[in-house]
Amino acid sequence: MPVKAIVDNYKDFNPNRDLPEQYHGNLMVYLYWNKHMSFVAAMAAPLPPPTPFGALPEVAKSVYGTHPDFEKIDWSKVEWTLDGNPITPDFAKSIGEQGVRHKSLIRFTTPGLDGFEGKYV
Amino acid sequence: MAPTKKMGIKQKYAHLTRGLDWETTYEKMDDVFPYDKFEGIKITDWSKWEDPFRLTMDSYWKFQAEKERKLYAVIDAFAQNNGQTNISDARYVNVLKLFLTGISPEEYQAHRGFAFTGRHLRGVGPRVACQQQSLDELRHFQTQCHTISHFNKFFNGLSEFRTMHDRVFYLSVPKSFFDDARTAGPFEFMIAIGFAFEYVLTNLLFVPFMSGAAYNGDMSTVTFGFSAQSDESRHMTLGIEVIKFLLEQHPDNLPIVQEWVDKWFWRGFRLLGLVSMMMDYMLPKKVMSWKEAWEIYFVEAGGSLFKDLERYGLKMPKYHEQATEACEHISHQLYGLLYQLSHVTGLHAWMPDDEHMDWLSEKYPNTFDKYYRPRFELWKQQEAEGKRFYYNGLLQLCHTCQLPMTFTEPDDPTTTCFRESEYEGQHYHFCSDGCKDIFDREPEKYISSWLPIQQIFQGNCGGPTIPDVLAYYMFGPNDGGEYVGSEDNKLWESWKNATTKEAAE
Amino acid sequence: MAQIASITLYQNDEARPVMEAILQDNPTARVLNMPGAVKIDVDDELVINRATVEEKLGSEWDPQQIHMVLISMAGNLDEDDDQIKLSWKH
Ligand SMILES: [Fe+2]
Ligand SMILES: [Fe+2]
Ligand SMILES: [Zn+2]
Repeated sequence: MPVKAIVDNYKDFNPNRDLPEQYHGNLMVYLYWNKHMSFVAAMAAPLPPPTPFGALPEVAKSVYGTHPDFEKIDWSKVEWTLDGNPITPDFAKSIGEQGVRHKSLIRFTTPGLDGFEGKYV
Repeated sequence: MAPTKKMGIKQKYAHLTRGLDWETTYEKMDDVFPYDKFEGIKITDWSKWEDPFRLTMDSYWKFQAEKERKLYAVIDAFAQNNGQTNISDARYVNVLKLFLTGISPEEYQAHRGFAFTGRHLRGVGPRVACQQQSLDELRHFQTQCHTISHFNKFFNGLSEFRTMHDRVFYLSVPKSFFDDARTAGPFEFMIAIGFAFEYVLTNLLFVPFMSGAAYNGDMSTVTFGFSAQSDESRHMTLGIEVIKFLLEQHPDNLPIVQEWVDKWFWRGFRLLGLVSMMMDYMLPKKVMSWKEAWEIYFVEAGGSLFKDLERYGLKMPKYHEQATEACEHISHQLYGLLYQLSHVTGLHAWMPDDEHMDWLSEKYPNTFDKYYRPRFELWKQQEAEGKRFYYNGLLQLCHTCQLPMTFTEPDDPTTTCFRESEYEGQHYHFCSDGCKDIFDREPEKYISSWLPIQQIFQGNCGGPTIPDVLAYYMFGPNDGGEYVGSEDNKLWESWKNATTKEAAE
Repeated sequence: MAQIASITLYQNDEARPVMEAILQDNPTARVLNMPGAVKIDVDDELVINRATVEEKLGSEWDPQQIHMVLISMAGNLDEDDDQIKLSWKH
């Protein structure tokens, strides 16, 4: 449903403040570690589209690296979803090539690692 | 001349508002009042609006002057008697920091908003009431600044509150709430702030908060709080009058009003999440739990209210069951947020002690031990190892409420709730069904939201590094982070140990 | 569930006669004491009579003086020179 506005050209007054071209060539990517609820929210990182998918563990480490589970992750066993769909990423190829776009949500599950004391913490 | 009998209040009010709503002749009424039709609200008879308090301007000034005299006497006494040394604990001051940076500027926004509606609604009843409320809200802003300025002489994190409010990430939660209301038409503003906020939700903000101040030895804040709250009954009355009036005027108003009620209930609920964290975690001495306050002020009081409004066909706000269910969780989730992000806020956070955690278990038997105590246990262990936990990065925000995406699925506290919409080829993320619905109803409006994390990445917040952004926020080096060992903490300890020191210097 | 008419007043000497008058005139009233504030609930309807407040106070009382001690309320308000009524009845 459109906004009811007092003017007809409402859109002229109301620019979109969250368009990909405003990010200096980066994608704003969200990265979320399933079952680790002690982290308040998914992290947000500005990444250029040529970034290899294989760089994501290092990106994740900057926030999630403080968790005792983090160093136990076997990255070859990690299960990934991109915007809700399961994917099998190629670590050597770029995120841009593999469908990551502005504000994509990448979630990863680490089998066997269910948070502090297995309590999803 | 024989003395005439004193006028009754009904008569007096009729005289003092008589003829204030004259029909203009030089200019068309629609040109003088250009804003009160475009929202689609139909009004057939403005004179049906009644102010049940019938407070005339002369009585208004009389009562307000009296309240101010009393308040300033207390503020003076508090300063003169070094009241700041008699609060329960310096942790308490963080409640004032949150209040001054997050709530006081909204009092000012409310002042501006009611000045606008007081000018642009064409009925005389609402105009008088809105103008009084506009003045009240300005008074609230001023008295809060004056009262809290005394604490600013001693504690960090208070001095740059105006700039912080406009720039800091978590403060965009209240700011965007009021920006949203103030960019709506006058009727939506009245439903948003007058009804949903003042009538349905404001008790949850002020009553436990001020009672908390009283219990924690902050005499000056109790006094400004209850002094402000004494105006609130008038504001609540205006809120309930506006909704009844709109629903009585025309049946076509019902669906519009219902949508506004649904939207502003949910926005208000999200905003008050900050209060939940304050009540359950930040007050050293507790008055009641957030869940108990919600039971009293929403389930019980809101239930009575909406039952009354049923006769007009108005329903309880959408997702109210989700909100009530979420009250088992939100204070824990949001304090977890503050704990791990306090180094990039203007507030201190700390590990709740054992006694406090037991209180939480008792108040939240269904959730605290199962879901939240284990988090504190991990963090406590990390603190003991000298690795106090901080979230070292930027995070995902809800595009509507602008809180970090921290809330969980309504039926599963172990899974974060992610909702998404697509608009003009772009993704938008939301923390809840309520926030998604609000966006979907008016995407053209919310695409222009100033989302703090997005703005950092776009390079509009002082620079690319965390220190750049904190400088842009005007945080001092000791404003945020862990409480234990902070300057505020050391100052407090020095006061507590000063009993043998001479006071005169 | 009954609808609750409610009033919250300051916990101070100025409000005390009003509170006492409410308790006398609304025998089923329930009281919640909080630091600094007192909340009084009555099912469906709560009344404050000027005459009762004046009797407790020992002097004249204008119902509009309630603004000096009022914190919050619930119910549809009707106020005149002799009475303040908060009610969900129609
Ligand atoms: Fe206010
Ligand atoms: Fe208000
Ligand atoms: Zn949200």
